[in-house]
Amino acid sequence: MKRLLFVLPLVVALIIGGFSLWGLSGGRDPSALPSMLISQPVPQLNLEAVEGVDLPGLSTDELTKMKGIKLLNIFASWCAPCRAEHPNLTRLAQEDGLTLVGVNYKDKPEDAAKWLAELGNPYEVIGSDYSGRAGIELGLSGLPETFIIDETGIIRYRLAGPLVGDGLRRFTEALNEVRK
Amino acid sequence: MIPELGQFALSLALIAAVVQSILPMLGAARGNTLWMRSSKASAMAQFVLIAIAFAALMRSYIVSDFTVLNVVNNSHSLKPLLFKIAGTWGNHEGSLLLWVLILAAFGAMVAFFGRNIPETLKARTLSVQAWISVGFVSFLLFTSNPFTRVFPPPLNGNDLNPLLQDVGLALHPPLLYVGYVGFSIVFSFAVAALIEGRVDPAWARWVRPWTLAAWTSLSAGIGLGSWWAYYELGWGGWWFWDPVENVSFMPWLLGTALLHSAIVTEKRDTFKSWTILLAILTFSLSLLGTFIVRSGLLTSVHAFAVDPERGLYILGLLGISIGGSLALFAWRAPSMEGGGLFAPVSREAGLLINNLLLATATATVLFGTLYPLFFEAVTGDKISVGPPFFNAGFIPIVLPLLVVMGVGPFLSWKRADIAGVLSRLKFVLALSVISALVVWYLTTGGPVLAVLSMGIAIWVFAATALEWIKRVKLFQTGAMARIRRQPRASHGMTVAHIGVAIIAMGAIGASAWKEDIVTFASPGTKVEIAGFELTFESIERQQGPNYIAQVATLNVTRDGDFVTKLYPERREYPTAGSTTTESSIRQTLAGDLYTSIAEPAAEGAKGQWTLRILYEPLVNFIWIGTVFLVLGGGLSLSDRRLRIGVPRKSKSKAAPVGATPAE
Repeated sequence: MKRLLFVLPLVVALIIGGFSLWGLSGGRDPSALPSMLISQPVPQLNLEAVEGVDLPGLSTDELTKMKGIKLLNIFASWCAPCRAEHPNLTRLAQEDGLTLVGVNYKDKPEDAAKWLAELGNPYEVIGSDYSGRAGIELGLSGLPETFIIDETGIIRYRLAGPLVGDGLRRFTEALNEVRK
Repeated sequence: MIPELGQFALSLALIAAVVQSILPMLGAARGNTLWMRSSKASAMAQFVLIAIAFAALMRSYIVSDFTVLNVVNNSHSLKPLLFKIAGTWGNHEGSLLLWVLILAAFGAMVAFFGRNIPETLKARTLSVQAWISVGFVSFLLFTSNPFTRVFPPPLNGNDLNPLLQDVGLALHPPLLYVGYVGFSIVFSFAVAALIEGRVDPAWARWVRPWTLAAWTSLSAGIGLGSWWAYYELGWGGWWFWDPVENVSFMPWLLGTALLHSAIVTEKRDTFKSWTILLAILTFSLSLLGTFIVRSGLLTSVHAFAVDPERGLYILGLLGISIGGSLALFAWRAPSMEGGGLFAPVSREAGLLINNLLLATATATVLFGTLYPLFFEAVTGDKISVGPPFFNAGFIPIVLPLLVVMGVGPFLSWKRADIAGVLSRLKFVLALSVISALVVWYLTTGGPVLAVLSMGIAIWVFAATALEWIKRVKLFQTGAMARIRRQPRASHGMTVAHIGVAIIAMGAIGASAWKEDIVTFASPGTKVEIAGFELTFESIERQQGPNYIAQVATLNVTRDGDFVTKLYPERREYPTAGSTTTESSIRQTLAGDLYTSIAEPAAEGAKGQWTLRILYEPLVNFIWIGTVFLVLGGGLSLSDRRLRIGVPRKSKSKAAPVGATPAE
């Protein structure tokens, strides 16, 4: 019994070592931001259309009714990384079975309209979130952010940051996962 | 040529370390004196060779040799000289080289100064020290070579992370490393003792100066790191329970326990296996710190050099050293107990409580630090453990510890008279209660826990002071002579305990009565905090040696009277492509008025700045207390008993039992 006590430190050390070994195993990114919304339905949103943009607004009910996989992108004209990801987003929107919907976050309608006119408009619908309320519902940590929503209206993935470089690679992997 | 020389020296050092790790150990087992004595030569050779390698790297930094990849990545020709030098250890490879340099330095010091240590123990200790060396020097050579060349050489470097360009950085890592790595020699002593199968009071006395040196340096390193985060990083706080802070704090806590339990082993020949275990665990936690900082296992604000590949190698080293030593402990330690018996109320018992509380505190911090990893492994979800956990878990352990700390030094060995001790402390108790009530009155309905804690901190301060006054009989004739005659270690104890009391006051004040305002500001904005009124007067651009600064001018008044002007800055380093915050602080003993500015966060806020103003009462007590800790450690280290290895013969008759210093 007393001997067991002397073995205890070794046992504790080995347990910690085992967990550390697991922690180092491939692909784990300790700084990745998880979202509370993964595997949850899209929160109730009811956003009006952006004034001066000829697209309907965004509501969760409509979104759930849409066929195929939906990409929900949150953007603003004042956000420089949004500009950087715009070509990639446009390319993704043209792929089969993907519907791109947008949320225009804390943006003046005329600025948003100008921005879309300049860069092109890949979105099917755009909801205006001038108050930032939808941003809170979606647990926004910064702009841009893109969610993958499956056929049944469940959020499957969230990318915080622009769809470029490593972010695009991770996003594409997640998208292929959802398509399976 | 010089970098190749450095690499060659490092390779030779590895060979010296391999020889040192085998020959003396075999010699000690076979009784071959010549083989045992070889440890002295190989330890010295190893140290000199690593020093040459380190000097070679430092030279590459000083002359901005951009053919060396490490220099390219971490330096810039326009950087001030001090930061070029500090840049040597401001990166993964260089800091690891510093790590092994200190490791070898401790080995060489034991070889050189440890004349009174028995030949076999010394040989085995140096061999164990060399095992650690072999692991880390090979790690350096095979995965993180600091001397890698680059061709064609670029015209200039990528600059050191601007956060690291501060005088604090020049000193913080070396001090911290002397602390971390200093415990390696204690670890080696412990493992050698386990191999030898013998621990006695003499062993504890040989180990003590090394523990003290490491502990003192670690205290200074942590204090400086906290000071650096507070003044340089602009975080507006001095302790964040960040994983990397925790991993430096855990060896400190356990090292403090070791310091105290080694006293019991030295004076009373007991607590043996416990002291050995503490020696092993303290260094294990230092290694864990090295591992966590470099592997990126946990997210941290300190993630300066993260690479999971390296993490695997370090984890392997850790597995061998920690697992091996603990297995050895499980095998050999059970046969080592014995020694003096003691009553439930005695100095031994007091130190036992001290040890239990410190070990529990360490376990709490360890659990909180690693919990996110456990949680993610088991459930797949990510969580972070924040200050609420640590405050809830740590404070209830520390408060009783402080209470016991006030009483401990009054207790005598074997059996103490608790009634007598408490009657001597009744004035102190009264003073603490009155102070707590005064604090209560001053802050009218302030947080109960803070008021209680403040009372306890004052209790430690007053009881420690009283113990010293009674011990040297300050108010009777001949006090000066008595002060000089007392062992320095016992004065060291008093100074260090006073330091803890001061730190506690600072920590309580700065956490409980802190005020914090964050606001948008443009020229003309007025903000009120803690009785001060601040006016944002202007902001202007200034050109620094390798940065561009935006400097704000803040006018501070109190009740309409001018107090001071503060100039917080935002610096942009174009080469490194990053910005830093230079806070501006009005420092007084009563509290710091702390200001910093940042770029406007929201759109449509042109001409606006984010202004952060904090009032941190008593915060400077934390660093003043740390200075006391370091002074106490140094004073104790300079004790004749440790320098010469024998206690001074008492000229007068033996001191009464109640006055034996606990150091």
